[in-house]
Amino acid sequence: MSTLLPHPLVASLGGAIEFIFTPQASNVTGGKTVGGFSQVVELTLTQLEVTVLALALSLLVALPVGLYLGHRGTGELVAVGIGNAGRAVPELALIALMATAIGVGVLNLTVALAVLGVPPILTNAFVGIRQVDRATVDAARGMGMTELEVLRKVEVPLAIPTIFTGIRGATIAIVATATIAPLAGVLTLGDFIINENVYGDNGVLAGAILVALLALFLEFGLAALQRRLTSKGLRLSPV
Amino acid sequence: MVSPALTAAVGEVGKGFIQERTSETLPCQATDKLFCFDWAKEHIDRYATPTLQHLELVVLSVLIGFAIAFALSLLAHRHAWLRPPLLAGTGILYTIPSIAFFFLLLPITGRGSETAIIALSAYTLQIIYRNTMTGLANVPDSVKDAGRGMGLTERQILWKVELPLATPEIVAGLRIATVSTVAIATLAVFAGGGGLGTQIYGGGNLNFATSIIIAGGIAILMALAFDVILLVGQRLATPWRRAVSG
Repeated sequence: MSTLLPHPLVASLGGAIEFIFTPQASNVTGGKTVGGFSQVVELTLTQLEVTVLALALSLLVALPVGLYLGHRGTGELVAVGIGNAGRAVPELALIALMATAIGVGVLNLTVALAVLGVPPILTNAFVGIRQVDRATVDAARGMGMTELEVLRKVEVPLAIPTIFTGIRGATIAIVATATIAPLAGVLTLGDFIINENVYGDNGVLAGAILVALLALFLEFGLAALQRRLTSKGLRLSPV
Repeated sequence: MVSPALTAAVGEVGKGFIQERTSETLPCQATDKLFCFDWAKEHIDRYATPTLQHLELVVLSVLIGFAIAFALSLLAHRHAWLRPPLLAGTGILYTIPSIAFFFLLLPITGRGSETAIIALSAYTLQIIYRNTMTGLANVPDSVKDAGRGMGLTERQILWKVELPLATPEIVAGLRIATVSTVAIATLAVFAGGGGLGTQIYGGGNLNFATSIIIAGGIAILMALAFDVILLVGQRLATPWRRAVSG
């Protein structure tokens, strides 16, 4: 009877958790150990670093353009079209082509990942600003606000939920794709998954768990930030 | 270039020799060139099977995802208390990166296209569920009242009034889910699920820009084709909208 043996699922989960906290022997690294808490922290920080860099770059490019076009009410075809086209970009091909044709490294990877972040941020910023009631905007102008004040004090606060939906979508796309960054020579948590022969089954499962937790952590963090940034008067409405 | 007639004339033994010579003389086996048309012309047939596999992954994942998300929407439509947990649950599935999802499933379902399809369909749930709920919520109460006044039962109102009127939003969700799935299914290669990803990542292709561009290009065209087909399907299914919005 096999009742004394742990279920294979429990066993692999246990192995993965052990991999996260204690370094283990590997068959291919020539005596060097793999896994363990310090390597996990190192790879997590690298993944966070490229995610934050790429997100910052896409925000820098997409947010001003989206806000400007939304405020002016022009360029809908461009703003919405880029958002639709962006979804069709195959992540694997993008990273692989970037690494092959242009080169590996953090800088190139950041640019490739930022390409994935631009469409959702641009589209949602545009749509969010456009959805603000025109009567409200006219009232703000009537009170003597400059165009910049209208944008900053009226349109952006009212559009925060939609803008943040875009930023969250961009973050999830970027952090997910940063998992395959080892293909572009940047070692993130995805290294545990992709280099299976080095880290073994425990490493692969550990990598998958850590990547999933990292993505959920970022998602919940941004959701909390969104609630804080949404003005009190708007918080009652469901997001 | 090797003409089929020449290959036939030389026969099986000579074939290998000619192909070897060809690949030596082709400049694009090296990585110094971004895209080599000669190589592409000669090897385009190797993309047929991965393309069909990719198509199968996408169609099955979206169909399964749609069936589940649609059923969940109908349940949540009737029982309001189900809405917060369903939104949170599908949101978590949407947030988990597909590649992590593949390997979380590995101890349970093993390597193969099944694992890929489960993860890909889980990813589509949130998009389809949310759009269906928005579509149903946007149906004006007055229209439903009119239906009741005409003697329709609640079930008839759902199937004959609410769902037809929600079709544009439902199809919009389906389009987003399908286009995203075509792109993400390239990652199925990591789960052993085949598809176009094998021509990007597998067997030395990673250093070969031509193959990456062809496989990526096919994926983009496939996404575009699905988008157009679904849009045309929606137009055909909602003839009354053409009169309104032109």
